[in-house]
Amino acid sequence: MLEIQGLVCKIGSKTIVDGVSLSFDPGRLHVIVGPNGSGKSTLLKAFSGEWVPTAGAVTYDSVNLTRIDKLHLARRRAVMTQLPELHFPLSVEEIVMMGRYPHFSFSPTPNDRAICGQVMSHLSIQPLSGRDYLTLSGGERQRVQFARALAQIWEAPASTSRYLFLDEPVSSLDIHYQHQLMQLARDLVKEKIVLIAVLHDLNLALHYADRMIFVKQGRIVAEGAVPGIVTPSLIREVFDIEARLLEDPQSDIPVIVYA
Amino acid sequence: MKKIPFRVYYIVLGLLLLLSLIISARVGAVPISYEHMFYFLRHPGTSIEEQLFLQIRLPRVLLCAFTGAALSVSGALMQALFRNPIVEPGLVGTSSGAAFGAAVVFVMGKSLTGAWADTLGPFLLPVFAFIGGGVATWLVYRLSNVFGKVNVNTLLLAGIAVNALAAGGTGFFSYIARDPQARSIVFWNLGTLSGADWENTGIVGVCACLGILLSLFYSRSLNALLLGETEAGYLGVHTEKLKTRILLLNTFLVAVATSVVGVIGFVGLIVPHILRLLKSSDNRFLIIGSALLGAILLNVADMLARVIVAPSEFPIGVITAFAGAPVFLFLLIRANRQQQKGGFYA
Repeated sequence: MLEIQGLVCKIGSKTIVDGVSLSFDPGRLHVIVGPNGSGKSTLLKAFSGEWVPTAGAVTYDSVNLTRIDKLHLARRRAVMTQLPELHFPLSVEEIVMMGRYPHFSFSPTPNDRAICGQVMSHLSIQPLSGRDYLTLSGGERQRVQFARALAQIWEAPASTSRYLFLDEPVSSLDIHYQHQLMQLARDLVKEKIVLIAVLHDLNLALHYADRMIFVKQGRIVAEGAVPGIVTPSLIREVFDIEARLLEDPQSDIPVIVYA
Repeated sequence: MKKIPFRVYYIVLGLLLLLSLIISARVGAVPISYEHMFYFLRHPGTSIEEQLFLQIRLPRVLLCAFTGAALSVSGALMQALFRNPIVEPGLVGTSSGAAFGAAVVFVMGKSLTGAWADTLGPFLLPVFAFIGGGVATWLVYRLSNVFGKVNVNTLLLAGIAVNALAAGGTGFFSYIARDPQARSIVFWNLGTLSGADWENTGIVGVCACLGILLSLFYSRSLNALLLGETEAGYLGVHTEKLKTRILLLNTFLVAVATSVVGVIGFVGLIVPHILRLLKSSDNRFLIIGSALLGAILLNVADMLARVIVAPSEFPIGVITAFAGAPVFLFLLIRANRQQQKGGFYA
């Protein structure tokens, strides 16, 4: 269980996140949406411990984040950021293995290797394992980064829950892999992982999220269960664009079309 | 990537190192045959040839190997820390800062420490080299690191400025120096291994081995750092602590070696780069490999330095510069191409 109380983040005098209180339970897929510069990524950074908030508290299973050791945190919390830059050639295998770095002390154990193998076959990137990361396409890199994050929290710790934060995880993926990744995220949610994703595609969010959180100018505009929460007036308020919701005769999930 | 395991590289490099040590011990102003070398090692005696081998040649060859290893490993550390393949201890100010620290000791010498001079004794030079190198490296790092990202242009400019400042300081001291002191500063700025004896070889050897072992301990965190500071933090790395420790480790490795042999440039640049082209950018491999290959290459360079103008000897820094500068230019050109294409090696 992740709980946020009165979170405020400031850079200099500019307020990026302005008084956010939320709680995230395991077993549901939480999706944060909002326009560019609304503070979505900053929220994730504050949730994951990368940023120390100016005010407010972030608690993991009722323990304040500031009191959790960085290495212990890394064993149960993984973050997939928007593509990190790499300047040196490294094999895909080694990058996925980095997800296991918090778990072993000098050399990877057979268990660590087995986990990397499982994760890679899950994401169908096994054929890439010997390739140089720098020669991969944007979409392939994104899948490798997702694999790294998964490998990091693959095993459930005995008493605490696991946390996975995805910042625009599908931005470079083709439509097939977008759905593959989101489906995987859905499967993960069943394993008692607190999963929060930032997405841009509202239809994708509608399809996979259990709960959506609409953010604008560092504040929560609305949040609630999908699909009920999504209305044309909310989309207008947050994104400043006219939208209609059409019913899909094949499913009970509506489709958003923009005017 | 090629599927030869790391172990094979270590064994091949280890054998090459042994071979280069043996050959290097043979050649010089007075060639010593292999039969004699092994005979001397087993049956210590007092002939002149034997004294030459045991008191001059052998420590020199070992000092050279330790220095090569120390400089190359710090090159690998700095490249990982700055996340840039064109960085080496000379560029980021460590060498010139250490040289400045040493110049202070050469000229001011005992007047600097007064009554403490005797207790500090042989450590005076390494300590001052360490302080000078550390301050210079820290300055370059601070100046080039803007908001957690190392900007290459600022890095090069900061490196140039700090190097110029240190060189100016060294120049000033050689100007006010009396003649013999000035000569030793000049010679020292080009690097020389002719001062090798068992005492300084021992100091450099112990420090190099210690530094390299410690570096190995950080290799995994340095790998994580290749993804960026944020990502490394998510993997549980205390990035601020890591950066400080790597900077200190680099200064330690470079300053101790530099305080004995002077400024030898470009070894730290070429060696990790060759290893990257050969196999991998994994820092664990780079650190072990750099230690071995650095020792080999510097031994070969020193052998050349003794052979080409025998019985006199050539400054080794000139040889490494002639070999290293073209590699550096090649890297810069490749790095420029990177902006148009995919990756550094793509």
